[in-house]
Amino acid sequence: MALVDPTRRAILAQLERRDGASISELAKPFTIRLPAVMKHLDVLAGAGLVTRSKSGRTVTVRLRPQPMREAMEWLRRYERFWSSSLDRLTAYAESKELEARRKGR
Amino acid sequence: MTSLRLVRRIKARPQVVFDAVTTAEGIAQWWGPDAGPVLVAEADPRVGGRYRVRFRMLDTTEHESSGEFLEIVRPERIVMSWRWKGGVEDPGESRVEITLKPVPEGTELTFVHLQLLDEETRRSHEEGWTGSLNKLEAIFAAVTAA
Repeated sequence: MALVDPTRRAILAQLERRDGASISELAKPFTIRLPAVMKHLDVLAGAGLVTRSKSGRTVTVRLRPQPMREAMEWLRRYERFWSSSLDRLTAYAESKELEARRKGR
Repeated sequence: MTSLRLVRRIKARPQVVFDAVTTAEGIAQWWGPDAGPVLVAEADPRVGGRYRVRFRMLDTTEHESSGEFLEIVRPERIVMSWRWKGGVEDPGESRVEITLKPVPEGTELTFVHLQLLDEETRRSHEEGWTGSLNKLEAIFAAVTAA
């Protein structure tokens, strides 16, 4: 679910542009509060997409590109598979519905 | 954990869509990424029952996926586990959830495919921390536009 949320995708896109960012830097473009950003980071870290390291009072967040790349590949592959399958499923179910109606069911 | 979510509005009643999704006869008509044929379709649509689908793509490669029905609520919801035979396409186990909601024109189908990461996959991800990621935004744009 890590990539479903638009805020999380925006955070990842920000991290792609630079080598590490603090949590307050990441929160800047959003209208949401820091704790909400922290929650999004928990999800991203849980999915293995970012790492957090603490130095003094600053937490630096970094992207981990390999799992990110694999996740995107995974998504693209299944997107292709299922879009096409569901289009055919739609056409097939609609033809079965018409057939059932013609038979008066 | 990665997941794919797709929604379709179908002009057919939920029970018609449900049968198209869960019967071998239905699956044989629509399963697969292109217009290549389904070669084997088996389905035992009850909790704990299994399915198996083998299909040929237009590039002549054959692929087979199978799994177990984890939830079956006719005509509302289907949850099944998913694994590729051989695992070349994707070695891990994943899960497919299909929810059917009645709407005035017929059915709204919400489809979710969830990747489940096992420990092994997680570890190899830990070790794979290399290089920089290019064009992430372009990739996102492509995926979200699809």
